This record gives sequence, C-alpha cells and structure tokens, in this order.
Amino acid sequence: MQSHTITLNINEESHIVTVRAADTLLYTLRGKLGLTGAKPGCLNGDCGACTVNVDGWPMKSCLMLAVEAVGKKVTTIEGLKKAPIQQAFIENFAFQCGYCTPGFIMNCHSLIEQHPDADDRTIKEWLESNICRCTSYIEIEQAVKSVLKKK
Amino acid sequence: MEVIGKSVIRKEAVDKVTGRAKYTHDYQKIPLLSGKMVISPYGHAKIVNIDTSEAWKVPGVRAILAGKQYPLTGEAIRDRPPIAVDKVRYHGEPVALVVADTPAQAKTAADLIKVQYELLPVVNSPTQAFQKDAPLVHERLGEYKKEADSHPVPDTNIATLIKIRKGNIEKGWAESDTVVEASFSFAPSDHVALETRCATAEILPDGNIIIMTSSQAPFMVKRLIADYFGEDMGKIIVRTPLVGGAYGGKAPVQLEVLAYLASKEVGGKPVKILNTREEDILTSPCHIGLDATVKFGANRSGKITVAEILYLWDGGAYSDKAIDLTRSGATDCTGPYNIENLWCNSYCMYTNHPYAAPFRGFSHSELSFAIERTMDLLAQKLNIDPLELRYINAIMPGNTTPTRVRLNKSNVGNLQKCIEKVRGLIKWDEGPVTVLNDRFIRVKGVSCSWKTSTIDTDAPSGVILTFNRDGSINLMSGVVEIGTGTKTILAQILAERLKMDVNKIHVRMEVDTQTTPEHWKTVASRGTFMGGRAVLKAAEDVIHQLKELAACVLRSPKEDLEIANSRVFLRDDPAIGLHFKEIGYGYKYPNGNTVGGQIIGRGSYILRHLTPLDPETGAGKPGPEWTVAAYGVEIEFDKRDFTYRLVKAATVVDIGRVMNEKAAIGQVMGAMSMGLAFAGRETFYFDELGRVLNPQLRTYRPLRYGENPEYLVGFVETPQIDGPYGARGVGEHGLMGMPGALGNALSTAAGVSLHNLPLIPELIWKAKEANK
Repeated sequence: MQSHTITLNINEESHIVTVRAADTLLYTLRGKLGLTGAKPGCLNGDCGACTVNVDGWPMKSCLMLAVEAVGKKVTTIEGLKKAPIQQAFIENFAFQCGYCTPGFIMNCHSLIEQHPDADDRTIKEWLESNICRCTSYIEIEQAVKSVLKKK
Repeated sequence: MEVIGKSVIRKEAVDKVTGRAKYTHDYQKIPLLSGKMVISPYGHAKIVNIDTSEAWKVPGVRAILAGKQYPLTGEAIRDRPPIAVDKVRYHGEPVALVVADTPAQAKTAADLIKVQYELLPVVNSPTQAFQKDAPLVHERLGEYKKEADSHPVPDTNIATLIKIRKGNIEKGWAESDTVVEASFSFAPSDHVALETRCATAEILPDGNIIIMTSSQAPFMVKRLIADYFGEDMGKIIVRTPLVGGAYGGKAPVQLEVLAYLASKEVGGKPVKILNTREEDILTSPCHIGLDATVKFGANRSGKITVAEILYLWDGGAYSDKAIDLTRSGATDCTGPYNIENLWCNSYCMYTNHPYAAPFRGFSHSELSFAIERTMDLLAQKLNIDPLELRYINAIMPGNTTPTRVRLNKSNVGNLQKCIEKVRGLIKWDEGPVTVLNDRFIRVKGVSCSWKTSTIDTDAPSGVILTFNRDGSINLMSGVVEIGTGTKTILAQILAERLKMDVNKIHVRMEVDTQTTPEHWKTVASRGTFMGGRAVLKAAEDVIHQLKELAACVLRSPKEDLEIANSRVFLRDDPAIGLHFKEIGYGYKYPNGNTVGGQIIGRGSYILRHLTPLDPETGAGKPGPEWTVAAYGVEIEFDKRDFTYRLVKAATVVDIGRVMNEKAAIGQVMGAMSMGLAFAGRETFYFDELGRVLNPQLRTYRPLRYGENPEYLVGFVETPQIDGPYGARGVGEHGLMGMPGALGNALSTAAGVSLHNLPLIPELIWKAKEANK
C-alpha cells in the first residue's frame, strides 16, 4: 500500500509523518508520534477509549484516517494543559484502572467547551458514547458537573 | 488513625488524567514484530488441513506457527495446546499465529491462511456435557498431566468433581417441614476490561526471556513458562506495568505463551501480540457459566435444616482456572447461611465454549444467583419476609462453613448487622412493591453473599522498602495495580505504621519479577490483606534498623526511642532526635566517618493454616476469612412490555475496617455496576455450532453512562484481627449479590419465578408465556 507524507497539527504543533492511506489517526498518534494517551479498546467506535478532540469536537480516533486529519486541529489528552476536568476526575475518584480515562476526559472536555450549560440529558447524550468498566459512572457525573457548575 | 480511612488520592492519579500512564501496549520499540492469530470459526471441529502458502508470500512475514505440537498447557490440568492441533474445541481458539514486521502485514497474511475443518458434534451446555451419551471434548482426558487435587473422570466431560458432605442429610430432611427445589442456568459472558490483553516476548542471546504482559499474575507467567518449556526460572523476567482493568480475566496465562513461542520462532526477536476486542472476548478466557439445582428444607420457623446442591460449571473447552472456580463454588456453596446438613456436588464440565477465567467474585456471584433466588422461593412458600428469612439463617461465629471451618468473631463478618443496615438503606419496611399507576410499579429485591478466597495454601506476598537520601521511602510490592488502588492503600498502611506523611512514600507501580518481591497473584481481594501484612512486617524491620542506628548516635537505649514525622527521637524529650534523612543512608559524623548504610526493609507474609479439601467430604480450610454482605435493588417495572429501569442499588459490606473511604465506596459501586450488567444484559449468545454471536461491544453491551441507578453503600466494621488494621477484602463483594437481588425484584414484579440470566424483558416474557 502506498505511503503518504502529510503534515498534522497535533496539540498546537506541526508534525510531518509518513502514513499508509489506511492508517487510522489512532494508529498514527500512537505508533508514529508516541502519543499513547489515546487507547485502542475496540477499533470499532464502540468504546470511546481513543477519543481525541478534532476542531473542538470529540472524535473517536479509531474511526478517522490519519489523512483525514490534514488541515484540522487535533488535541489529544497530552495536549490538555491543566484543564479543570482533569483535576475534577482526580478529586472525584472518577477513574480506577485509568484506561478509559483519556477518552472520557477528552469527551468531557469537549462537552464543557461546547455546552457550558449542559443539562442532564445533554451530558448523557455525550457521555454514553464511552465505556468505563471500573467506576459506577456516578463519579464521572460528579466530576463533569463540578466543572460545569464553576463555569 | 492519621492516614488509615482517609480518602488519599491514588499515587498514579496525575499520570492517569494526563495520558502519561503506560499500559503494556503503550511500550514501543524498534524492531517489534507483530503476532496475529488465526482463530477457529467453529465450536468443535477437526482440523483437516492448514494451507499457509499464500500467507508466506506477504512481504514482512517472518514466521507462521501452525500444526505443530507444543507442550500442553493449563494450570490444574495440562489439557490445552497453545495453538490447536488435530481439532478445535471452541470458537476463537488459536489455530495459527503469523509473525510479521507490522500489524498490517500480519493481519493480511493471517487472512490468507486457509484452514479446512470437519465439523464435530458440539457440547453446548454443561448439562448436555453431563449426559452419558454426550460427545467428548477431550478423548484423552486420562492421559493429561495434572495437579494432585484435580479429579478428571476419563471418557466423560468431567474435568473435576468437588464433594461437600456435612452433617446428616436424612436427619435434615426429617427435621424439615417445607421443601423448595429449583434449577437455574446461564451461559458464559465476558469481563470486558477496556484494555484488551497484550503480551510481548523477547529472548536474548544469553537466554534471558523478557516478557511484558497485561496480567494479574506476572509471577505465575514466570513459573508456568519455566515449567511448560523447561526454561530456567531465574532467566524469565516478567514485567507488568499498569493494567487497564482485569476483574479476574487477566489471571490466566495465555498470550504470554504465544508471544514466547513466536519470539523463539524468529530467533528471539521481540514479538507483540495484542488482542482485538473480538479476540479478547472469544479467544481469551471468559466469565464462567453455570447450571445449578438447589434444594432447601426448612422447619416452620424458617430455619433451614438441610440443603442439596448440584453445580455444573461451564468450564469451557479447557479446564485451566475453572477447576479452582469449581472448588471455590463448592466451599461456599450454601451462601452465607448456617446449614448443618449438607450435600453438594460441584462439577467442572468441559463444553465447546470459550474456556473460563476467574471473574470478580470467583464463582460467588454465580452461585449466589441460584441460592438467593431459592431463598426467595422458600420465603414465599413459608410466607416469611425474605429479609427476615435471611436474618434468621445468617451465618455467625460458632457456626461451621460447608468445609467445616469453625467461624469466630474475627474470621467472619457480621451478616445480621449488614442485613439491618441494608433494610434501612433501601427502606425495606415500606414494602417491596409500590404501585405508581396502572402500568408502572417500583419493586425491591434483596440478597446476601459471603466469600472466602480459595487461593494456594503457600501463596506469598512480599514487600521491600528502600530509603532515599531525603528520608522518603520507596515501596515495592508485587501487587499489580489493576485499578483497585491497592498500592496506594499499602502506602497508607506504611504511613500509618511509621506515623509519617503518606506523600513521602513513593510507590513503584510497575512489577518486575526479577526485582519486585512476589505477590502470588493480584486476585481474590487479597492485595490489601497479604500485601498489607507484608508492609507491616517490612515497617517493623525498618523501625528496628532506624532505632538501632539512632540508639548508637544518640547514645540512648533503643527502648527509649519513638518514631514519628520522619524522625527518630527520645520519647521523653522529642527535641533530641534524628531526621530520616540523617540516618536513612547511614549516619555521617562531623569528621566524615559514617556508620550504617542505606536502610532496606523487607517483609513477607504467607497465609497460615490453609489446607486442601478432603476429596470425599470437602473438609478443609480453603481461605483465611469470610467477608459478608447484604444487598438491595429497586427497579421501575413496566407491566406492559416487561422492560425496567434500575432505580437504586445498595450494598452493605462488612469491610473490617475502611482503609480509604472514597476508594472503598468506589470499589463497591463499580462492582455493583458490573454485577447489574452481568445480571441484566451480558451473556454470550451461542448458535448450534457453538459460535458466539455477539463478540463486539455493540452487540455485547456493558452499562453505559446514564443507564446506572443511584448507588447506596454502607459499611459495617467487624475487624479481622489478623488483617492489617482489621481490614477485610472488598474488591469483589459489591458485585456478588446483584444478580440475586435483581432476579428477586423482577420475579416479584413480573409475578413469575425467573431462573436465568441475563434478566432481559424477553426472558420475562418467555417465563410468563411458559406459565400460562
């Protein structure tokens, strides 16, 4: 399969990478850039562990090709700079094994940016796309709401 | 208590919210070859031919492992070829393994391998496996190497039988006035840890075998690879970084063996095998299924006088950990009730299903569903309040367990207290049913559970403490951080014992079997107990060394010294003393002379007085203590279409002592969440060929955000005297009562006795139709 050299904007830095046309954004972030915060969980869009932020919106990076990200602004968990949701996850014990956490945080972070006044229904609509197997979700709910409240 | 009980933030918290926390698959190097399995599409079939010729043509392919006999593997019985030869016994079984330079090449090649199968009759349930004319899953069962306490029956599908005989059955039946008997059944399901299993292996020229794996049992990987393949144990170095969820599913050893064989095949180069989600569900071991028949006799006042119990566990195609699960199910077969006359046969059955791993609760959530549903049927027949029936029969100090361990006020928690507390939490006295309108009702169900941890009688746990020059301490334990926060609890125990700031204790998260002392396996809610005891012993060692040195420097008897706030000082004059940083690396006199050296503390712990079970009666001591719990679930039920919404779920567990409040509540709530998913929706759907029809997270659906109920958690604290600060295990217990409590609530709501899992509307509809 043919390779392409592309420029990606990741965490406000330009990166030149060579990828196969079939390489997903997830594979590229992890394998070519060492950004292993986004996790593979199903490679099928079901679990949300690979969620990153593309142009302000949450995106499952296993469902997006690296070549599709050209010209877009990609933010991964490594690109968050002390976002309030990170501290809220710590204070509310909103993770245990931590594997789903980067994806959940990226989704929550995008939600808070897009809908600072999100109601229960909106929060559910957004967060039901990710799976956490350790917590009861109550902790995550508390973390998100604690940040929304401060906004 | 200064540190114990406090909601100390877990030590790896910042790494986990910044994406820096590393799991096995996050470690990359060049070169790192990629292994890709070809898996069986059928439950039971003869392998007629494997054609790898097209696959070899794919660029980058370095090896293809197929059709070759390797030593058989398996923990209790060596019954499993790492890669199938001659025949496949479950859907998902590896039949070939391709090793290539990149994952894409390996996948391309694996897809080109053509395997020709000839279908064999499928054993699709443990009950079918138990029939005399059932097809055999293992024709050569009698020839396998096995552990002494595995009891396979050749020419059958019985991998083992554990018998429990206590008291006098005839007497028990004679004393009973009311009898209930019921059967229950559910298929295997999955753990769904978000991190799929992953292992890498590399064999260095000097013979060292370096394995990295997402495992709860790195020390078992080392032991088994040495044992299976005749390697030097000391040359096997197993590394386990953070693990992304496990729940028992990462206790078995599987991918590590494949990675080792793959690396060997390519001259020792490093090879990684990462399960896809589908492989993680199908190929790697699953959550055990069960067919159970329970018969209870009770007198008029509700006292249970006798029980006869038959468990047929769905061990799947290979016995591996299912033998232990079968034993564990037998040891606590009655649930947390005092039944003096008891007969139980617990069989591990071979079927053509994916084979079983431990699952959070280790047989107890499964058997609890059967026992707790039977308890409600008994209550109904006796016309006694279900919670009252449980209270009357609750296990207590002075009673004996099914394996005849005499209970005392330390080795069992206080179940009656748990029941009383849950009664208040779920407002049981308001009554089990509230009618909202013509269509909707709110219904409550209750249950109880207990559990001891049936682990090896010689299972060890060790801890090493080293000092830094600033007086802070490094803590190294073989406990794997699988998400339970146990390593942080261990730091709290150390801080409490040394009366020091927990922030000055640095915990090493990774386990490395060469330099980390062994903790047998991070399973069975035993990390805090065993690791904690080892920490306490290591703390004693450190205290001894600190005082010894300080006594010399301070020219004082050792007995006059105290330790607190990172200092050793005179009890009667605390101003005179030395900071840890002055003696942690030896004491340096003003002229440069130095005495002592780096202080290194060591502690190890091994469970005491455990024995194997007697093969005829089951008598023996399987575990150190019994944690007990009581549960309630409230649902809103739609009488029109039998759908329901989870409203509340409650657990009260006798935890001995709360070590970290928020972490403990989190463990219990998380376990309830998993238990409700197991009870209410998760199962493998098999077709007639033994194929799992739903090996993806869109067809196999764990609970998602917003589908959860409100959670209520209560603790009772009856100290386990030999536990660290009285603590008992708590990682599993929130889960164990959920299937029973949900089943009881729904049976009441629907007015029909439910005997299967998962408890989906279609099941309720079928049960009602069958009752018409």
